[in-house]
Amino acid sequence: MKMTKIVRTTADLFFPFCLVFGLYVVVHGHLTPGGGFQGGAVMATGTALLLVARAYDDVTGRIRKGAMKVCEAAGLLIFLCAGFSGLFAGRPFMANWIARDGALFRTAIAHGPNAGDLNTAGLLPLLNFGVGIEVLGGLTVILLYMLSGIKEEKKK
Amino acid sequence: MTSRLLLALPFFTVVVLIVLGLAVMLSKRNVVKILMGLSLMESAVNLFLVATGYRHDSVAPIYTNVPAGPMALPTVQALTLTSIVIGVATSAMLLSFAMVIYRKYGTTDIQKIKKLKG
Amino acid sequence: MRHVLFSAILLLFFGGLMYLAADLPFGDPPRTDMDDYFLRTAQEQTGANNVVTSIVFDFRGFDTLGEATVLFTAVLGVGMMFRKLKEGEEYEND
Repeated sequence: MKMTKIVRTTADLFFPFCLVFGLYVVVHGHLTPGGGFQGGAVMATGTALLLVARAYDDVTGRIRKGAMKVCEAAGLLIFLCAGFSGLFAGRPFMANWIARDGALFRTAIAHGPNAGDLNTAGLLPLLNFGVGIEVLGGLTVILLYMLSGIKEEKKK
Repeated sequence: MTSRLLLALPFFTVVVLIVLGLAVMLSKRNVVKILMGLSLMESAVNLFLVATGYRHDSVAPIYTNVPAGPMALPTVQALTLTSIVIGVATSAMLLSFAMVIYRKYGTTDIQKIKKLKG
Repeated sequence: MRHVLFSAILLLFFGGLMYLAADLPFGDPPRTDMDDYFLRTAQEQTGANNVVTSIVFDFRGFDTLGEATVLFTAVLGVGMMFRKLKEGEEYEND
């Protein structure tokens, strides 16, 4: 049995909006409430919506398990490499060296309340992005493994 | 007495949620319901952590377009973030254990899943 | 009889916790030295407006590395539970 056509179409319509909103929460992590973990959870909610509305065989054509595993591993590697890059710049591990003397994201901000500028805060947007990608990949892989476990049991 | 109750309402909510979660964990027989009780207790602990760092008439500790006033303590909110993620990881592992137990024993009643070997 | 005993112990526990929770100060944390330091110097040392994110990723970034590893290990554990058995292999404790 399948879900009705209205449910499947609405889930297909909502999926890109969920991804875009999750990326917005991740990228603006140093200005507004949010950050890596929260934005990654929002993006995984978009994927879960697609998994609920369709059968397992329809979804694995679009969201493959291999691609999500690559996402998750790449996120943790980005985090580790950004941490080690502080050592190569002559400062301690995971020190915010870009905010002092780097090239990207280095505008200084005024003290006290101000409207936020996206071009600030050094290493932080990179770390936010890495953690966001890792949480998206991790939660989606957990959901896909659990669904494949149910499917195998029903086949037996 | 009621004004004392209203003054510390978040902490009383935490106590009620902990006792309810403990009652569910100790008295239900289905494995999935026991995990729901554990998740309830984890939510109560997160609420307790956030309620500890509140000052009177304070705003969120973010400087973008902030209204005037004191700011709430930010360290406790960072602790709660970590605690929520660890709760998610634990629940995922326990639920997958429950699925494999059902596949092996054919039942989810914990009073029948007693064999330690085989 | 067991149900009455269980409910009585839970009610005793509830009463004890309520008595202890009534003494906690809400809205008046006793020591705020470390948090006042973070609120004063986060913008200048980190360059971020969000003080909570600057604590999670800059002042205490090493804890976040540990937490990302915990999430990775949980996914590893779930993947180990649902692996596909090869031909002729049964669950090994039969």
